[in-house]
Amino acid sequence: MSLQHIEQPSVLGAGIGDNSYGHELVQRGSQAAARFLSRYGALLGFLALWQVSSTRGWVNPAVIPPLDAIVVALWTGVVGGALLDDIAISLQRSGTAFAAAVVVAIPLGLFMGQVRAVERAFDPILQVFRQTSALALYPIFILLLGLGEASKVFVIFWATLFPLLLNTIGGVKEVDPKLIEMARVYGATRLTVFRRVVLPGAVPSIFVGLRLSATTALLLLIASEMIGANKGVGFQVMNAQYNFQIPLMFAAIVLLAGLGLLSNYALVLLQRRLCRWSSATA
Amino acid sequence: MTSTDTTRRGEVSIRDLSKSFAINGRPLAVLKGLNLDIRSGECLVIVGASGSGKTTLLRVLAGLEAADGGRVLIDGAPVQGVGTDRAVIFQEPRLLPWLTVLGNVAFGLEVRGEQRARAEERARDYIGLVGLGEFADAYPKQLSGGMAQRVGIARALTVQPEILLLDEPLGALDAMTKITMQEELARIWSEENVTMIMVTHDLEEAVYLADRVLVLPKEKGAAARLIDIDLPRPRDRSEPRFVRYREELLREFGLH
Repeated sequence: MSLQHIEQPSVLGAGIGDNSYGHELVQRGSQAAARFLSRYGALLGFLALWQVSSTRGWVNPAVIPPLDAIVVALWTGVVGGALLDDIAISLQRSGTAFAAAVVVAIPLGLFMGQVRAVERAFDPILQVFRQTSALALYPIFILLLGLGEASKVFVIFWATLFPLLLNTIGGVKEVDPKLIEMARVYGATRLTVFRRVVLPGAVPSIFVGLRLSATTALLLLIASEMIGANKGVGFQVMNAQYNFQIPLMFAAIVLLAGLGLLSNYALVLLQRRLCRWSSATA
Repeated sequence: MTSTDTTRRGEVSIRDLSKSFAINGRPLAVLKGLNLDIRSGECLVIVGASGSGKTTLLRVLAGLEAADGGRVLIDGAPVQGVGTDRAVIFQEPRLLPWLTVLGNVAFGLEVRGEQRARAEERARDYIGLVGLGEFADAYPKQLSGGMAQRVGIARALTVQPEILLLDEPLGALDAMTKITMQEELARIWSEENVTMIMVTHDLEEAVYLADRVLVLPKEKGAAARLIDIDLPRPRDRSEPRFVRYREELLREFGLH
């Protein structure tokens, strides 16, 4: 005897009613519209308010220019090629730093999370480093590495390292010891336990770290480009402000927000691919 | 799945076994001077009040804990850590959430070095045996508690152990599911020709499944009681003799 009739799987698609096809399409369309509005309505409202405030003169349009002026500035900057160099160098700086952080933090975090003595010995210093603002350390990095690329990349690297490292350590430590014991019962070696249980178990937490680090990388990018740079999206924000090209300044800010959204989206997609089992959320 | 060599396969001999744990720096005896022989292919169910050391005994047999004194021999050889002759079913299913049912059931064999394709082939047989054939590609999240525990059982069976160790495997299930799973375990045990050693706190479950019930004493060092359950299978829970065995066990706990 078995229980198949009683035990049902908890998730399975619900049946769709027997409406006519056209009716169903309309219904689906309006449902989609409602979903879209409930999600993006506030954002659209904000943009509309901005546009109206600026064109009606409720705010000073010289400081808060209308959206169309910003779009034009963005368009001429990107399509005209004036901002392309800046985007390229910014991506290079933050990309190099981010990649270096990934290469250092993930293996180090996996190791530290596994070996309790190491983790215990290094946790206090990690906490101190993490709480020390990377921006406050930037002058020191400049003194050590000069005002060129090295100090810029390093300050971004420094700031992105810790969220990733700490999340990787946390992910490894939070792997259920009962699962590890289960694997041991089947005769798994330490390496097999690591490869088949610890690593996959830590992946969701590593992704939290990756997304935090990607955001931090862009944040620090701007700050570092505001000091001693003559190229880069962050530089353009400062430069446009000095020259009072306010639409261009906003165009650069929009560009940065776009880069942030894009990198986050890319990581979410990757996470969904790797962690289909945990139904990753954006 | 039946073995041609039925002599001394999955036979356990426990001699003067002792185990204590340090509680606040002071040793606390959990098992003391336990002697027991478990026959090949029998179903032994271990009961006892909490703190009587039943789970500890199972973990020593599994090789997850080392004994402080005495010997445990399996088929004549001393137990040294975990071994391929044994598999453990825990109270929780302990499934890897990132693997499907098939992946989880094949996991034990794969860890032991079997090729994935062959491991999955055998895993499919046992997924069918526990009645989950249609759910081979489901993830643990999508399963109910009873289904998840069946996956854990299938994973243990797939490595074809000589001894199956079960630590309160049905303890977390609801009453309905529990009864069905007891019937499933009885069926699997009769089909698989495996020595089954199970810890439970459910006395009816003990009478339903066991050839013999081991009652661990609360006072350390006192003799453990062994009760033969001499009932035909499949067992009928409402039969007078079944009820009498249950009452006898209750008396062991001073509850009747």
